[in-house]
Amino acid sequence: MSMNTQGRPTGVGTVGTGASGSALIPDEPLLFEIGDTEHSGVDLPDVTFSGDRLGGFARKSKLDLAGLTEPEAMRHYVRLSRMNHSIDSGMYPLGSCTMKHNPRLNEKMARLPGFSDIHPLQPVSTVQGALEMMNQLSHWLLTLTNTAAVALSPKAGAHGELLGMMAIKAAQEAKGEAHRTVVLVPESAHGTNPATAAFLGYTVKPVPAKDDGTVDVEAVKAALSPDVAAIMLTNPNTCGLFEPQVIEIAKAVHDAGAFFYCDGANFNAIMGVVRPGDLGIDAMHINLHKTFSTPHGGGGPGAGPVVLSEALAPFAPVPFVRKTANGLELVEHIEGDALGRVTAFHGQMGMYVRALTYMLSHGDDGLAQAAQDAVLNANYIKARLQHIFSVPFPDYPTMHEALFDDSFLRDSGVSTLDFAKALIDEGFHPMTMYFPLVVHGAMLIEPTESESKQTLDRFCDVMAELATDAIAGNKERFTSAPTKAPRRRLDETRAARQPVLKWEKPADLPQAAE
Amino acid sequence: MRYLPHSAHERADMLGVIGAADIDALFSAVPKSALKSFDLGLPAHQPEFLVEAHMRALASKNHAAGDGPFFVGAGAYRHHVPATVDHLIQRSEWLTAYTPYQPEISQGTLQMLFEFQTQVAKIMGMDVANASLYDGSTGTAEAVLMARRLTRKNKIVLSGGLHPHYRDVVKAYLKDDPDLVCLSPSPEGQGDILQQIDGNTAAIVIQTPDFYGHLRDLKSAAEAAHAQGALLIVVVTEVVSLGLLEAPGALGADIVVAEGQSIGNALNFGGPYLGLMATRKEFIRQMPGRLCGETVDADGNRGFVLTLSTREQHIRREKATSNICTNSGLCALAFSIHMGLLGEAGFVRLARLNHFNAIKLADALEGVPGVTVLNKTFFNEMTIRTPQPAAGLVERLARRGILAGVPASRLLPNDRSVDNLIILAATELTTDADISALAAALTEELA
Amino acid sequence: MTTKFTPDHEYIRVEGSTGIVGITPYAQEQLGDIVFVELPAVGKALKKGDEAAVVESVKAASEIYAPVTGTIVEVNSLLTNEPGLVNSDSEGAGWMFKIAISDASELDTLLDADGYAELTL
Repeated sequence: MSMNTQGRPTGVGTVGTGASGSALIPDEPLLFEIGDTEHSGVDLPDVTFSGDRLGGFARKSKLDLAGLTEPEAMRHYVRLSRMNHSIDSGMYPLGSCTMKHNPRLNEKMARLPGFSDIHPLQPVSTVQGALEMMNQLSHWLLTLTNTAAVALSPKAGAHGELLGMMAIKAAQEAKGEAHRTVVLVPESAHGTNPATAAFLGYTVKPVPAKDDGTVDVEAVKAALSPDVAAIMLTNPNTCGLFEPQVIEIAKAVHDAGAFFYCDGANFNAIMGVVRPGDLGIDAMHINLHKTFSTPHGGGGPGAGPVVLSEALAPFAPVPFVRKTANGLELVEHIEGDALGRVTAFHGQMGMYVRALTYMLSHGDDGLAQAAQDAVLNANYIKARLQHIFSVPFPDYPTMHEALFDDSFLRDSGVSTLDFAKALIDEGFHPMTMYFPLVVHGAMLIEPTESESKQTLDRFCDVMAELATDAIAGNKERFTSAPTKAPRRRLDETRAARQPVLKWEKPADLPQAAE
Repeated sequence: MRYLPHSAHERADMLGVIGAADIDALFSAVPKSALKSFDLGLPAHQPEFLVEAHMRALASKNHAAGDGPFFVGAGAYRHHVPATVDHLIQRSEWLTAYTPYQPEISQGTLQMLFEFQTQVAKIMGMDVANASLYDGSTGTAEAVLMARRLTRKNKIVLSGGLHPHYRDVVKAYLKDDPDLVCLSPSPEGQGDILQQIDGNTAAIVIQTPDFYGHLRDLKSAAEAAHAQGALLIVVVTEVVSLGLLEAPGALGADIVVAEGQSIGNALNFGGPYLGLMATRKEFIRQMPGRLCGETVDADGNRGFVLTLSTREQHIRREKATSNICTNSGLCALAFSIHMGLLGEAGFVRLARLNHFNAIKLADALEGVPGVTVLNKTFFNEMTIRTPQPAAGLVERLARRGILAGVPASRLLPNDRSVDNLIILAATELTTDADISALAAALTEELA
Repeated sequence: MTTKFTPDHEYIRVEGSTGIVGITPYAQEQLGDIVFVELPAVGKALKKGDEAAVVESVKAASEIYAPVTGTIVEVNSLLTNEPGLVNSDSEGAGWMFKIAISDASELDTLLDADGYAELTL
């Protein structure tokens, strides 16, 4: 790892001036520029057969796929990888993303042939250990949330959210209440919530937030009507606050015949400390790739199991595991009101193994301690920075995220984006910016429990120094940042106006620009 | 606890800086009745070796595919994954990186996605591919919705050869939709999908090789669909087939969806897998999922960014093309590395080897008294009719250590006509000894 | 020839019974670089306030609403390849669509130049 001028590890290469192509910051050509159709890094026999069974559908068009031998491929992908920031090389203070440490025991367990080399459709009698594993994971999730049923199969948080809302829709229809076509969503919600509701044909009705950043039970009551099917509430909410009236909100929603969908994106703040079922939720997805440490992998795969209340349990999708006298059974088909199936096979098994490994490593004591440390860390950052950064909602202690607005940058000529980009030059990934939308120029910081006090102190020092410099008028440092990363700021307008979405052979490109 | 960096001293110091008496003070917004008001009764934290022992005990109760002759396919396939692939995807900078929203420090992931999109577009013969979806089944549902947006028409016809799980996912996404037509299973390979196309049809969905292994005529389907202003959605569950079969794009497909698991990704009991989607250039704005595009940085150097993101939920909220947030980044990386290692030469050899072994499997099965192979055409998978119900037969073969394929009834439990059908796949990993063992065991069980 | 404005930052320049609609210079500046414009179909009938078009910048997508009730008679197809015209000349070459005005009295409900200027102070 390289060091920046302060002698701190930077997480991404910062040797020299930041110009690409130096020894440690490779400027790597595209696979198609270094490979060709003759090279291959896999030895396979070249079989010949007479009489194929392809019925005349054999390929005639060109494939034109570039290949690399093994040493070339190794170098290509290692060199590319070095242009990435990662948790293992530095902090990701990304609010609402829960970028915590990814234990390698999880990876080792997921690769045991008994988990990785089993087929989803091989006889159930030959995968009893896999079903037991799913059962154990379910037990942990149900116990941590105090709910009645869990659907493991959703592929990610948004998919789980879709499934949860489908279950709510099915339940309303089964009650003869299909006329309920409105879903309440607080203004501060993540964009997936309204996207999911609209996807299912619901009309989204926003619920305003109070000045203190929380949702007012009176505003919810005022918005409730016989048309409302559900409320979608994130708790802890996107401003990093626990909704103090959540139990009253749940009661009002239930009294009006609606269901309470809880976005579980922020479960990391309360796992083992608060059970969502005790708050009156009916459905909640849990992002195993956030709360339970399965790796983000540069954008997936995730996993988004959904826990369901007693009222929604009959609408859980297939598949699920059931105990019988002859061992565990995998229920893959059911008749009736249930949703059917939201993905082929049984969901993200590889992620289940990692999440259960993480749970067993922590135990219930460790999970509660992790949640408390995550909250402690966020409050520590808030306490250390509030003298210079502006806190929009100071009334409550924050949960696992510290939220600031951009009023400290007023008249500095430095935007939230500029400020965040300057963090890159100091070796940190930017925080979440401009979200939640209810706060002007929002900066949402989630340290997670994985960061040591030393790292937090270093982060706070850097943040304070940057803020002081911005206020002092050193605008150039921010508007030109980053200068020490593998690339300077990229021209996103150009990318969107003339999309180039795949590599074309220079010879194949049209002579004039389109 | 080995994952938590703070000592008790440090926690106390930090609470002091915050000005909180204890940790509970930070949870003051939580209603008292809900805060730590329970005993979970779960085990306490454990050392690594005990956790490992626990997980190993569970894993050891499963029969791994590599433990014996193995012919299970039907949408997930056991292929060899080069050691290089699994090593590379475990590198910190790939494994523990976030979605590349900060392009300056995510060029590795972004360039890889650009290469991945190019590879996918090439094998499918399409103009553009996205940066992956969850899997083939959800990708199919997304393609159906995309076709409706593009054509502003509603009728969707699913071929009887479409994987039943894929059909079920589309049904769940379009719950009780009167314009969704699902044709009956067609294990004999004939289908009447072309007769279903009318002026209200948004798309027809055809899988090839289909669920039973038959190869479908895409060209006629495309012509029939286009004549009515409908789109042809092609589904491929075995992506290795594209090394030997004509690209769907060359035959007139409008949207191609595939399950990419076969390249670079293990069976994993069904997930995580990799949804591939490609389409025509003019349809980009209605395509769901992330896209990576080329551009330049402030110094004029080539670089890559996520682009056209206004189609996505975090910006368009209730007007988004889909509610998808996460894709299958690491699975896409595994695919891209494996495909980069194969190259054209390797990919074609791999496909030929699969077909070669499948021909041997089909010939051996034809030789088993009482067994009929239903396929005239296939790539690496086929359906046989047996004189006995397939579920019990497959179970008995499993007890002999042979995983002999998927009884069609497992996926179509309400259709008695498929009770005696088994779907079997061969791959490059299938040996002559595996095939002989299967044929011998099957002969004995049926005797 | 009069030009009227909506509080949502559309302008409508009235030429006889037709209105030429686009977004104001203020709006284009707030949105930043426009990268895509989705235009309505010619012949489409819209009520005042209906979604007529969509403009996308790198980070945001915004709906353009019909300032008055009417039928789309022409769209600026140049924007398909040159969305940047909305930035460089929003009131001129960056116009979006022409609408045949059904009820001229609706124009009276819109803002005049002074009223709009006050709104964007």
